[in-house]
Amino acid sequence: MNPSISRVFNKPWLWSFLAALLIWLATLVFNRGAGSGALLSGALGFSAFFVIVGIGQMFVISTGPGNIDLSIPANVALSGAVAMKLMDSQNELIWLGVLGVLACGVLVGCANYALIRLLRIPPIIATLSASFLLQSLAIAYGRSVRIQPPDDFYAFATGRILGVPYMALAVMALALLMGYVLTRTLYGRWVLAIGQNPRAAELAGIRVARVRFATYVLSALFASVCGLLLAGFSGGASLSMGDEYLLASIAVVVIGGTSVAGGFANIPGIWGAALFLYLLVSMLNSFGASAGVRLILTGVIIIAVITAMSGRQAARA
Amino acid sequence: MNLPTILPTEREATVVERQSAASPAARSLNRARLLRSALPALSLVVLLGTIFILQPRAMSYMGMNLMLNLAVPIALATIAQMLIITVNDLDLSLGSYISFVACVAATLLNEHPWLGALALLGCIAAYAALGALIHARRLPSIVVTLGMSFIWTGGAVLLLPAPGGSAPQWLQALVRIKPPLLPFAIIVCIVLALLVHLLLMRSTLGVVLRGAGGNPLAIAKAGWSLLKVKVTLYALAGGFGVLSGLFLVGLTTSADASVALRYTLLSIAGVILGGGEFVGGRVSPIGAVLGALTLVLAGSLLSFIRISPDWQIGAQGAILILVLALRTAVNRLEARQP
Repeated sequence: MNPSISRVFNKPWLWSFLAALLIWLATLVFNRGAGSGALLSGALGFSAFFVIVGIGQMFVISTGPGNIDLSIPANVALSGAVAMKLMDSQNELIWLGVLGVLACGVLVGCANYALIRLLRIPPIIATLSASFLLQSLAIAYGRSVRIQPPDDFYAFATGRILGVPYMALAVMALALLMGYVLTRTLYGRWVLAIGQNPRAAELAGIRVARVRFATYVLSALFASVCGLLLAGFSGGASLSMGDEYLLASIAVVVIGGTSVAGGFANIPGIWGAALFLYLLVSMLNSFGASAGVRLILTGVIIIAVITAMSGRQAARA
Repeated sequence: MNLPTILPTEREATVVERQSAASPAARSLNRARLLRSALPALSLVVLLGTIFILQPRAMSYMGMNLMLNLAVPIALATIAQMLIITVNDLDLSLGSYISFVACVAATLLNEHPWLGALALLGCIAAYAALGALIHARRLPSIVVTLGMSFIWTGGAVLLLPAPGGSAPQWLQALVRIKPPLLPFAIIVCIVLALLVHLLLMRSTLGVVLRGAGGNPLAIAKAGWSLLKVKVTLYALAGGFGVLSGLFLVGLTTSADASVALRYTLLSIAGVILGGGEFVGGRVSPIGAVLGALTLVLAGSLLSFIRISPDWQIGAQGAILILVLALRTAVNRLEARQP
C-alpha cells in the first residue's frame, strides 16, 4: 500500500470517525434523508459533554495501568448543584458560579490525589471512596428546590450558530488546546512517558508524582466544567445527572483508540467516539428499538470494539 | 485489568515478608501483620459496640435480624467481586448483573421455574465465557465488564420495563427462616465466609486460583491452565452473583432493573475494607464478608444517631478511608521495624 495512505489507516482515531459516519449514513438512509442536519447538530451538542469528561479521563488513563478516575459522576452532580446555587438564577452572578465550579473541581482533584498519595491506595479505591463522599455532599447540598440557570447562561448552553451549538464550538476549541498540550508540550509528553514506563520516566528526571497530581486535578476540573454546562443545558442541576458519565467517560476513551494500558493517547478519537455513541443511540431510536434493546446493543458494540482493537494491537506488536 | 505490579504498598509488603522469613525480629513483624489482618474484625466490633451503646434494643434477635437482613445479598456480592479481584480484574457490571438476576427471579423463575433456572445457569455460563474472552484476548476487565453492565441492564429492562414482578413463594419463605439462637442472616454470613475461606485459602485449588493472581507465570510454568483458572473464578463469581440476586429478591419480593446497581461500588469497597488488595491475589474471604457487614452497619449507625440518610453513602466512604488510613499506618509501623 502507498505509505502515506497506510499512515492514515494506522491512525487509531480514524475508526471511531468511520463508525460514526457509517451510523449517520445508515440513519439517513432509513429516514430517507429527513432531519439529517438536525441530527448532526444534536449529536454535536450532546457529544460535547462526553468529550469534556472523556478528555480528563483520557489524561488519567494515559498515566499508566491502574490509573482511572471513578469520581467523575459524583463530581458532575456536585458541580452542577454548586453552580446553580451560586448563580441563584441571576445573570450578574454567573461569574461567581463559574469560579465556584472551577474551585470545586480543583479541590476534588486535590482530594483525590491526596488519598492516593497519603493512603498509598490504588487510584480506583481512592477515587471510589472520594466519590462516596462527593455523592453525599451533592445530596445534602443540592437538596433544595430546583434552581433555574440564569437566562444568559441558559442561552449560551442551548444556543447555536448556523446549527452548530456554541457549546460544541467551545469544546472543540478546548479539545484543540488539549490536543496541543498532549502532543506539543512538556506536560503532555511527560504524561505519555509515565504511562509507557514510570520507572524510566522517573530516571529521566520527570517528577512523576507531580505530573500525576496535575493530571488528577485536570480530570476533576473537566468533570466540574461538564457539570456546570450540563446544569445550564438541562435547565437546572439534578442528582442523577452525572450517572451515565462514569461509563461514558471510559467508553469514549477506549473506543477513541486510546490505550487502556496507558502511554498512548489521542484527542480526535474522543470526538469520534462521542459522536459514534450518540448517533448509535439515535439510530436505534429511529429504528424503533426499545430501551432494553438499545442498552444491549450499546454493550455488545463496546465489547466488540475493545475485542477488535486488542486484535489489531496484537497484530502490530 | 492490568494493574501496576509495583505499587508502593505491594513492594513494601513483599520486602516485609522476605524480612520476616529471614530476620530474628520476626515476632514484632508478626504482631503487625496480625494487627493488619484483625483490622476488618476490629472495625466491625467497634461499629457494633457503638450501635449497642446507642441503642441497646438492637442487641436482640429481632434487632440483629432487622439490621443484617439486607447485608446477606451485599456479602454475597462482595464475595463475587473478591473472586474477580483474585486474578487482578475488576467487575464493574456486578450491580447490574445482580439486578438482572433479581428481575429473572421475579418474572421467569416465578412463572416458569424450569425456564428461569435455565436462564440463571445461562448467566453463570455467560460469566465463564467472559472470563475466557478476557483471558484469551487479554482485554482490560474494566472495559469489558463496563460493556456487560449495559447488556445486563438492557436485559433487565426488557424483562421488567417497570418495577414489579413477584418473587417465588419458596424464595420468600427461605429468606425468612427464623432459626433458634442466631438470626438467619448471621448464620448465612458465617457459613459463607467459612466455606469460601476453605475453598480459597485451604485447598489446593484455592492456592492455584490465588497464585494465578500473584504470579501467573509460575502457575503457567507449573502446568496449570490460566484459562481454566480464570473461567473457574468468573463462573464462581457468576454463581455467587446469582445467589445474591435470589436472596435480594426474596427479601424485597419484587424487582426492578436498578434494584442492585449500587452493589458494584459497595462490593469493591467491601473487598478492600476486608483487607483485599488489587494486585497479587491477596484476598481474604472472611475479611470480605466482615467488610460488607461493616458497610451495611455504617448505615444503621447513622440512623441511630439521627443523621440524615443523605450522609449514608458519605459515611461508607469515610469508613473506607478511615480503615485504609489505619492499614497504611500499620504498614508504615511494619516497615519501620528493623
